[in-house]
Amino acid sequence: MKSLADLKAIRDRMQQQMNLRDTEGDHIRVVVGMATCGIAAGARPVLTAFLEEIEKRELKNVAVTQTGCIGVCRLEPIVEVYVPGQEKVTYVKMTPDKVPTVVSEHLVNGRVVSDYTIGAAE
Amino acid sequence: MKEIALHALDIIQNSLAAEASRLQITLDEAGDEITFTVADNGRGMSPELLARVSDPFTTTRTTRKMGLGIPLLRMAAEQTGGWVHLESALGAGTTLTARFHSNHIDCPPVGDMGETISLVLQGSPEIELRYTHRLNGQLFFFDTAQVRAQLGDGISLALPEVTLWIREYLQEQETILNGQKGMNL
Repeated sequence: MKSLADLKAIRDRMQQQMNLRDTEGDHIRVVVGMATCGIAAGARPVLTAFLEEIEKRELKNVAVTQTGCIGVCRLEPIVEVYVPGQEKVTYVKMTPDKVPTVVSEHLVNGRVVSDYTIGAAE
Repeated sequence: MKEIALHALDIIQNSLAAEASRLQITLDEAGDEITFTVADNGRGMSPELLARVSDPFTTTRTTRKMGLGIPLLRMAAEQTGGWVHLESALGAGTTLTARFHSNHIDCPPVGDMGETISLVLQGSPEIELRYTHRLNGQLFFFDTAQVRAQLGDGISLALPEVTLWIREYLQEQETILNGQKGMNL
């Protein structure tokens, strides 16, 4: 059973880690399309799955953000990954099941999961 | 949309696009009536835009000519014998109210409001948000001010640890509320 007082423990933990987060300027960005099309196709649990996986692996160099319609509604849920210095990678028809693979392969080990990309879908 | 909570997530994006800084979300379940309200202090709409806003070929974005959020919600609500009502004025914010009838076969479930609210805050961590869920006389109330009072100023509600905590907290509270409904029956 969670209570609001739990947040104090989170605060203390976060304040110790804050310096770590701030000093690393080059963040990987994960952008999830959260317009009507994305939400209807299942983007909400995909976004949560990314947060869960990033928390579980304690990845401090990844920022997850939301955006509107990316423009290819039939391939939603769409997730774009921006690794500094590299070309953007667009993952399509994402599901929560696919998220751990993208996090471990791409975000941690730097290997694009080609099977899930827009290139493989087209 | 498979859940009323997904419609809520989508409709709240409109408030955020209108640069709202305060959001009041209410979910009211009484008998077979499910009513959800999203009230914001965003820029509001002119009477002309308000009149056209349920038309799928109306949108304020410039990249495409369609906007399906409100039309889809209106269709889903009206299919159950319900309705959607919008009140808005320029500079005065917008209030959207949607009524569903849960005993209609086409009525979607309320769904996961915990995930909806937590991800709204993940996307817009600066916002002041209040969420009230009333269910047959029982009440649950959540306010981002409660969260910030515990977390302090330096910690963003968009941190994964915080977002996930908010989601689980709300899911627990929703389960308790729904359990009370079960007992009343």
